Amino acid sequence: MERMERYQPGQALGPLVKPPVTKTQLVMYSGASGDFNPIHTVDEFAEQAGLGGVIAHGMLTMAFVGQMLSEIVGVEGDLLTFGIRFTGMVRPGDVVTCEGTVKEVEDVEGRQVVRADVWGMTQKQERVVAGHAEFAVPLG
Amino acid sequence: MAAADKFRPFIGRASTPVKNEVEKGAIRKFAEAIGDPNPLYRDEQYAAGTRYGHIVAPPTFSRTFDYGVIPDFELPVAGLIHGSQEFNYKKPICAGDVVYCANKLLDVFEKSGSLGTMVFLVFEQTVADEAGEPFLVQKSTVIYRPQA
Repeated sequence: MERMERYQPGQALGPLVKPPVTKTQLVMYSGASGDFNPIHTVDEFAEQAGLGGVIAHGMLTMAFVGQMLSEIVGVEGDLLTFGIRFTGMVRPGDVVTCEGTVKEVEDVEGRQVVRADVWGMTQKQERVVAGHAEFAVPLG
Repeated sequence: MAAADKFRPFIGRASTPVKNEVEKGAIRKFAEAIGDPNPLYRDEQYAAGTRYGHIVAPPTFSRTFDYGVIPDFELPVAGLIHGSQEFNYKKPICAGDVVYCANKLLDVFEKSGSLGTMVFLVFEQTVADEAGEPFLVQKSTVIYRPQA
């Protein structure tokens, strides 16, 4: 998990390809997060709300990008900031791929601070979450 | 009356901080739900050998805490969309930590677009220790469409 190379502007982060989202996963996330909005778990409700069926919690998709970032920073690094805009809907069966691009790097007190754009995209090439992250990793 | 007007008097108002206990079982269930196999979230022995010393909460776990309610503030039940979410991390949250969580309405503004009027409610949520030192500060923007 520890990565001691130096990051460079323009460098790609990820990809982390998640398994297809399942309805069971949406029920699990509802329970784990306490967000029981039925648009995520009850098809009839979601259809009446005009969504054409249940959609994933935005925070679930953000957590996928968070997993990618945690794997990048490893045990010795720190995630400093992480922000996302929710730009599309994820449905059961969708495969979310998380990626990023390094924008800026800076050496700070023996660590490299990296600022990056990050996003999650479905198999239809739709960006469903997009934002930024800043993390610090030890210098090799 | 503009749709945003009824929310504006609450700008700057906050909930009373709510005590939350960070449980390792809740972290494990969260990690399972998001499908993240990281041993830091479930393996106590492994985590004890790291600089954290304890099971750690994933980056977005703090959204599961109870932040209390802003007095007299009522969020509409229908027509809400989570617009954006930001985290500013100060120190890691670990299993066994006791955290105090508060929610404040930071800003309210209105935009008109193809979907009609949209009211943007910006909340700032703080997770702090007993001394008031923050673990993290998060900002959530919730979009309310009055006609939805």
